[in-house]
Amino acid sequence: MSDKVKVTIDGIAVEVAPGTTILNAARQIGGDIVPPAMCYYSKLEGSGGKCRTCLVKVSKGSEKDPRPMPKLVASCRTTVMDGMEVENITSPEVVEARKGVVEMLLINHPLDCPVCDQAGECSLQDLGFEHGAAQTRYEFDRRTFERIDIGDKIQLHMNRCILCYRCTYVADQLTDGRCHGVIGRGDHAEISTYIEKAVDNDYSGNMIDVCPVGALTDKTFRFKNRVWFTKPVDAHRDCPTCSGKVTLWYKGEEVIRVTARKDQYNEVEEFICNTCRFDKKSTSDWVIEGPTAIRHDSVISSNHYETLKPLPVIQKNEKLIEANLEQFQKTQKD
Amino acid sequence: MARKLLFEHINVPGINTFDVYRKQGGYCAVEKALKSLSPDDVVEEVKKSGLRGRGGAGFPTGMKWSFLAKPEGVPRYLVCNADESEPGTFKDRYLMTNIPHLLIEGMIVSSYALGANTSYIYVRGEMMPQIRILEKAIAEAKAAGFLGKNILGSGFDLELYVQPGGGAYICGEETALLESLEGKRGNPRIKPPFPAVSGLYGCPTVVNNVESIAAVVPIVNEGGDEYAKIGVGRSTGTKLISASGNINKPGVYEIELGVSVEEFIYSEEYCGGIANGKRLKAVVAGGSSVPILPANLILKTTNGENRLMTYESLSDGGFATGTMLGSGGFVVLDEDACIVRNTWNFSRFYHHESCGQCSPCREGTGWMEKVLHRLEYGHGTISDIDLLVNVAKQIEGNTICPLGDAAAWPVASAIRHFRDEFEWHVTHPQEALKGNYGLAHYADPLPQIAQTV
Repeated sequence: MSDKVKVTIDGIAVEVAPGTTILNAARQIGGDIVPPAMCYYSKLEGSGGKCRTCLVKVSKGSEKDPRPMPKLVASCRTTVMDGMEVENITSPEVVEARKGVVEMLLINHPLDCPVCDQAGECSLQDLGFEHGAAQTRYEFDRRTFERIDIGDKIQLHMNRCILCYRCTYVADQLTDGRCHGVIGRGDHAEISTYIEKAVDNDYSGNMIDVCPVGALTDKTFRFKNRVWFTKPVDAHRDCPTCSGKVTLWYKGEEVIRVTARKDQYNEVEEFICNTCRFDKKSTSDWVIEGPTAIRHDSVISSNHYETLKPLPVIQKNEKLIEANLEQFQKTQKD
Repeated sequence: MARKLLFEHINVPGINTFDVYRKQGGYCAVEKALKSLSPDDVVEEVKKSGLRGRGGAGFPTGMKWSFLAKPEGVPRYLVCNADESEPGTFKDRYLMTNIPHLLIEGMIVSSYALGANTSYIYVRGEMMPQIRILEKAIAEAKAAGFLGKNILGSGFDLELYVQPGGGAYICGEETALLESLEGKRGNPRIKPPFPAVSGLYGCPTVVNNVESIAAVVPIVNEGGDEYAKIGVGRSTGTKLISASGNINKPGVYEIELGVSVEEFIYSEEYCGGIANGKRLKAVVAGGSSVPILPANLILKTTNGENRLMTYESLSDGGFATGTMLGSGGFVVLDEDACIVRNTWNFSRFYHHESCGQCSPCREGTGWMEKVLHRLEYGHGTISDIDLLVNVAKQIEGNTICPLGDAAAWPVASAIRHFRDEFEWHVTHPQEALKGNYGLAHYADPLPQIAQTV
């Protein structure tokens, strides 16, 4: 007997290790049955359960106890049981609830995407695009805050925050001497550093990477460029503090931003230190590995090397077509 | 005169002091339990009594206790939830003010039953006078040898602490209470794991309401079977009801479960009828979180039976025509009360008290409050009413803790039963600012519903 448990998500069966959450089981299957997650972050312990976008319906609890769960559950914090059956996009109830949650997330969001640095790589933007309504029913003033500088490298734009608590987990788990947390309650809660004390730590910059929206932005990159005009390139350096594995974001010859490498769920692979992120901004600091793989449906790929149209001379010559077959196939996908 | 179990000696002068309380038969339950019963016997008695949690959810206390995990070498905790802050509920405060030793006696017996050697009473921060009363009472009990090491020579040790909260409604939710008790931000935890497995400091913990713990005292004194004889069906024993609103005699009443709602409102023994000769319009039967019911539905169920003050009878008809006993905050609204304003006021409370962890509750409570404010002040539109129903539905059931439900139910039920009053606020904005809708048809006898099976 294997020690794996079997779970069925939207009719697709998968075997996973006991203790896996429904969300991670769905990620092992992949594709569009993966529930969206705004607050869960696999690299941050204890995160998740808050944003409620990953709600799913458990239509069968387990093989032993087949009763369905009475309420929709947060898939990021619910562990699978053997024989569990989960409905995500096949359940109208879930789709409806998720739409409701997305509406709630957006009612106090400033929707300033045209001037927001996160636009193009923003989880909320994707989520709103997939699940949101075109019009808001909210007719009141949105809550507003003053922008706050957290140290000299990070700016907090609280208006955009969806209170996912990821950055506070970064402060808890990556940095020592925590001085960053959530103050206030309810819809007047806000992310803050106590008395605006600077977050000064080698790893504090990761807050920017984990932020699903544009609430925490890199001050060295603010308003420099739209993300889809930049070219991401994987690179590494021999860093004494962190792994040194990063993505460089080029505009022409210039490195205008350094971030950690992100996977398809917008989660970083390894956290990087502030030196790599903020101070090493010339090509000579880095060993280039090659272009970063970007999902072809991402807006960032609109400017990516692999999707560049082949020159007309290549398109006509059969030998050249054969030599560039890979590129041709990618072009046809778009 | 109905039987009183908790408040039998409430009018004895000086009952708040140890000596008088002891003279009236106080701490007998401790002596009985520690000397003649094993911890499991006490749990068994509580199970037999059918006592259901008095904090709102009505979960059987004995069952909750038997779920407590008992791993070797790990301490277990009993935490008393005295973070009473539901609008309309004030029974625990009354109990702690007037007869604090009853709670302490209950804590000792319950801790013994659960094998807890450290127990906490988490009191809402606003109740500073009650905190001082409890601390004084604990000191008295300790001086008399009922707390501390080797109580009454039984070998059972217990330290009892009072912990003031920061005054947040959300900390009345058991896992948020535990977070707060640990010194963290009072955000509810995601369940499972339940506190019975991993609660305070990751140890097995039971969290009970003040009244539930106090009720253990008469259960041990008289036996679970004897206690179960009081009440109707699965609603056994007595319940403290905080009666407020426009009634002749507001206050805290101990009732035997099974009294009819009509008797409770109109009899001289309890509320004494509606004040100033007004007529009954609506009742919020169990604290602000439960659905509001109009006069005709609160007095009779849809089957034409009298509605009783029991868990089952009040919830008869589900959410369509029923409500819940909740924590026993009985708010009576007469014909001059404006349901829209009342709903807005409740909504304002939940907006203020939402912890802000889950997005639907954080954003939705504020949204509902703003729409209701607009309706109340004559700027609403008819579509606002459906919007409210829809927003309430988006919150309900989609949050970590029940606060989201508690915020959604009053709004949804008010619109369900008083929709024409909401519409009147839209169609007659000027009149709505000056006067109110009045009783309308809310007290009319219920139409005979044709049986459709």
